[in-house]
Parts: sequence; C-alpha cells; structure tokens
Amino acid sequence: MDSTYAIQAEGLVKRYGETTALDGVDLSLQPGRVLGLLGPNGAGKTTVVRVLATLLRPDAGTARVGGFDVVRRPQRVRELIGLTGQYAAVDEDLTGQENLVLVARLLGLTRAEARRRAGEMLDRFGLAEAARRPVRTYSGGMRRRLDLAASLIGRPRVLFLDEPTTGLDPRSRGDVWDLVRDLVTDGMTVLLTTQYLDEADRLADEVVVVDHGRVVAAGTPAELKARTGGQTLDVRPADRAAAAAVAAIVAEAGGAAPVREAADGLVSAPVEPGRSGAQVLAEVARRLDAAGVPVAELGLRLAGLDEVFLALTGGPRGRAADEGAVR
Amino acid sequence: MTATSTASRPAAPVRIAREGLTLAWRSLLKIRHSPDQLLDLSLMPITFVLLFTFLFGKAVAGDWHAYLQYVLPGVAVQALVFASMNTALGFNSDLRSGVFDRLRSLPISRAAPLIGRVLGDAVRNVVTLAVVAVVGAVLGYRPHAGPLPVLGACALVLAFSLAMCWAAALAGLLARGPETIGGFVFVVTVPLTFGSTVFVPTADLPGWLGGWVRINPVTRVSEAARALVTGTPAGLHIRDSLLWTAAVLAVFAPLAILAYRRRT
Repeated sequence: MDSTYAIQAEGLVKRYGETTALDGVDLSLQPGRVLGLLGPNGAGKTTVVRVLATLLRPDAGTARVGGFDVVRRPQRVRELIGLTGQYAAVDEDLTGQENLVLVARLLGLTRAEARRRAGEMLDRFGLAEAARRPVRTYSGGMRRRLDLAASLIGRPRVLFLDEPTTGLDPRSRGDVWDLVRDLVTDGMTVLLTTQYLDEADRLADEVVVVDHGRVVAAGTPAELKARTGGQTLDVRPADRAAAAAVAAIVAEAGGAAPVREAADGLVSAPVEPGRSGAQVLAEVARRLDAAGVPVAELGLRLAGLDEVFLALTGGPRGRAADEGAVR
Repeated sequence: MTATSTASRPAAPVRIAREGLTLAWRSLLKIRHSPDQLLDLSLMPITFVLLFTFLFGKAVAGDWHAYLQYVLPGVAVQALVFASMNTALGFNSDLRSGVFDRLRSLPISRAAPLIGRVLGDAVRNVVTLAVVAVVGAVLGYRPHAGPLPVLGACALVLAFSLAMCWAAALAGLLARGPETIGGFVFVVTVPLTFGSTVFVPTADLPGWLGGWVRINPVTRVSEAARALVTGTPAGLHIRDSLLWTAAVLAVFAPLAILAYRRRT
C-alpha cells in the first residue's frame, strides 16, 4: 500500500450485463491536489466515483482512499470522504438548515454542535438567508451549494464532485469553481468529473481522460495540450454549405485528424505534428483561393483541451449512451 | 453491513438506534413542512370510515349504526395497510433523488436508513389509526371492552402495519418509479383488504373466495381486533394475527434488506 496517495485505483472493472462501464481504470492522486476526470456521457466517470465512494463494488481491480480499501474497509473510507453527486442529494421537503443538521446528527454531533456546524456552512455557502426555507424553493445553484455544504459537514479529507456544475448557469458555475478553489487552498483532495474541458482546465492539477470505460490519456492540462502539437487551424467559409469542401482542403493541406465541422460551418483541425503552422496556413489559403471558396475567417491558434479531447476520444462529445442508463 | 461495523465498534447497537431515530425525525419533519401530507394521512381514513359505514351500512346490516360497530376495527386495519404503502413511495423517492447515495456515503450503519424509514412510518400509522378512532367515536362507535383490550387491539393492528411496511419497502426498492408502485399497491392492497371479513362476514361467499378470505392476514388481524374491542373470546384470533405479522416480517424484512444491499 502506498500511503502517499489520497486516491489510488488499479484495474477497476465494472460490468452491467453486456455493458462494460469500466474496463480497467487506473488512477492515482496525491493529497491536496485536484484530479479532473474528463469524458463524454457514458464514459464511466460516474461509475468511477461510485466505486471510490463505496457505493458500488467493482467486479475487478482495487481502489484505496486514504489508504483504505473501498471494498474491505468501506466504513473507514466513508469517514474520510464527502460526495456531491450529479443530482443534488438533498431532501426537497426539509429546509436547508434541517438538511445539514440531519447529516451532522448522523455523523454523531450533538444537537447543539450540529446546529452550530450547519449555521457555519450555511454562512459560508451564502445560504444563511434561505436557511429556513424548504429546499423545494431553492434555485438550481442554491441546491448545488447546499449539496456541497452537506458533503463538507464532516470535514472530509477527500471530496468527490460528480459533474458539480452540470446544468448550472454561468454565474453559479463560477461560484462553484470559487468554492472548489477555496477548498483546495484549505488542503482538501478533490476528484471532480466533468464533461466541460474548460472546467478541468481551470480547476484540475491533473486530468484523466476516460472514454468507453478506459483511460485514454492522463497528465496535467498543459501536458495534454502539448500532445496535439499545440496548434489548431480554423477556417470559416463565407457560405456554410462549403464546409465539407473546406474540410477536404484542410485535410489535404496538412490538417491532422480529426477535422471537425461545427454546426455553424467552422472547420477546425490540429496542425499535423512536425509541420509549421504558418506553412499549413499558407497552403490552405492557396488551395482555398485556387478552388475559389470565399472565406469569412481563417486563422491559427493554440489548441485548447477541446481539441485534445477530440483527438483522444476520436469523436464528438455526447455521442455515447447516456451515462445514467448504465448506472 | 451491520456485522462488520458491530465488530469494529462496541457501541454499535446504540449508534444504529440513534441513527435510525435521527432519520425517523426526518420523516416527521416532512409532515410538519408539508401539511398536505397530514391531509393525506387523515383524509384517507376519514373517507374510509364514512364511505364504508354509510355505503355498506344500509346494504349489509340494514342499519349503519349497527354496522359501524362491526366495520370499524376492520376499516382501521384497511387504512393502515394502505398507509403502509407510503413506505414504498418514500423509499423510491430517496433512491431516485440521490438522498440514499448521500446516506450510504456516510459512515453510518447500513441498516439505519431502513430502520429510520420504518420508524417514521410507524408514527404516521399511529396518526392514521388515531384518526380512524376519532371519526368512529364521533359517528357513535363505542367499544364494549375496557381500555386495555382496546389498546391491545391497536397494538396488534399497528404491529401488522409495521410488518407490511417492510413489504412496501421491498416494493419501493425494486420499483422503477412511482407509477410501478401505484400498480403494486392496487394489486396487493385491494385483494388483501376487500377480500377479507372487513366488510362482510364470510358465510355467504363462494368456496374459493371463502378460502382466501379465511386465510387472508387482513381477515385474521381484523377478527382479532374486533374480538378484542367487542369483548368476545379473542385468544385464537390473537394467535393467528401475531403469526401472520411474524410471517410477513420474517419474509419481507430480510428480502427488503437484501434488495437494499443489492442496490449498492
């Protein structure tokens, strides 16, 4: 057992009948760091979190949290973790305060302690004013904050956040990001799953990309970005209908796979590794001119995680089956 | 797994009880916040008592007041069997909303959520029973027996409803959603409560139905309660009623716990 890791998983496998949700997932995370588990819907992110949070037994492989095996010592693991699931796991009929007191009482705090701790968390998460209102009346962002507060009542050392910002408006997303950064400053170890690349980019020290239950890449956001050669070529034809023709030209001129066509007609492709971006750009411009395709936009930029993600998973996001179906 | 946590913690039974009570407190808070639940809890028994007293009263006994004396203990059993089915809905909603995941990720006993739910529902069942008793009394129902046998009858009926909570818990854990539960409740509770001696004595029923009605647990519990409150010999009825309660509990509590573990 390597106690230098807060989370350590080796060869996790989980099957549901014919479906293989996890197909040998390895990952590890040192204390005080943030791991972003990135992947499309159905990639197996939630399954990984459920295994690590002792909610699901893996069919094969081992996982340790804080040095404790999640299958053999689940109660010890539960003493260390906090979990915020994809859907706010709070009781709609109770008030925000009651929800937090309930968790605190279950964790063994006395009535007075529980009330004090709940009050602290409500203040910290900007819910003090809504504390005595039923959760039913809360907005999506407030629910998510309450859910996060509930998972932090027990002062966990390791926090699992399963798609913490899915479905939130941009402002609430920013709020959640700030909260996560504060937690990390306090020394918390965080594993968060997300399908948003910018989220992983902003919050995570390390990113593990999963697809079809397998880890397809791992590293820091910077390392992952460097993998695609670093540059991306964008071409927007004046006429959206010409996108296919433009994509063909880009591919011939030195754009590496995958060449993507966005719905708005924008064609983008990573620059082929080993080639100069300027050269490819010039080549594309020459060929477009020769083919007589008018262009609205033509440019070169540093690749984002978006491109990395596509290069690694080999297809557009959201194509796989809904993750909820395989839970 | 209570077994493992018992091994590592000496005070486990105390802890489990405390956790169960905390979760039962949650069920009760819900009633305070949603008065419509209280309406649910009391409207159903009120409707049952009024409806069956006046609907069948004339037809069966020719006199609703006399019929009330016969029907009330059985209606109490019926109301509680229906009320027990709430357990299924509560469980199912906790499963789907993620509240169960939260509870299972906490370092608490695995049995606590089950115990808490059933305890909370037991309190709700007491409320239901009290409403039946009050409405009955207002309409003119008077038990012939003293307070002790009446309390005994209440205890028998409540014990049976608690056993039924475990059957409902199993249904709630297995069902995909509230719609499935609605179907289940209908299929189980209607033959149980109407195919019994709650409303009509067995004498005039066709053979096959009579057979079912005689062994039906709701019949046995109703007969026991009726015998107790009217002061007729109740010994055998009480025995049968307790046997049924124990049997339902022995079958469904382990199955519910198994289903609950399997959801993990």
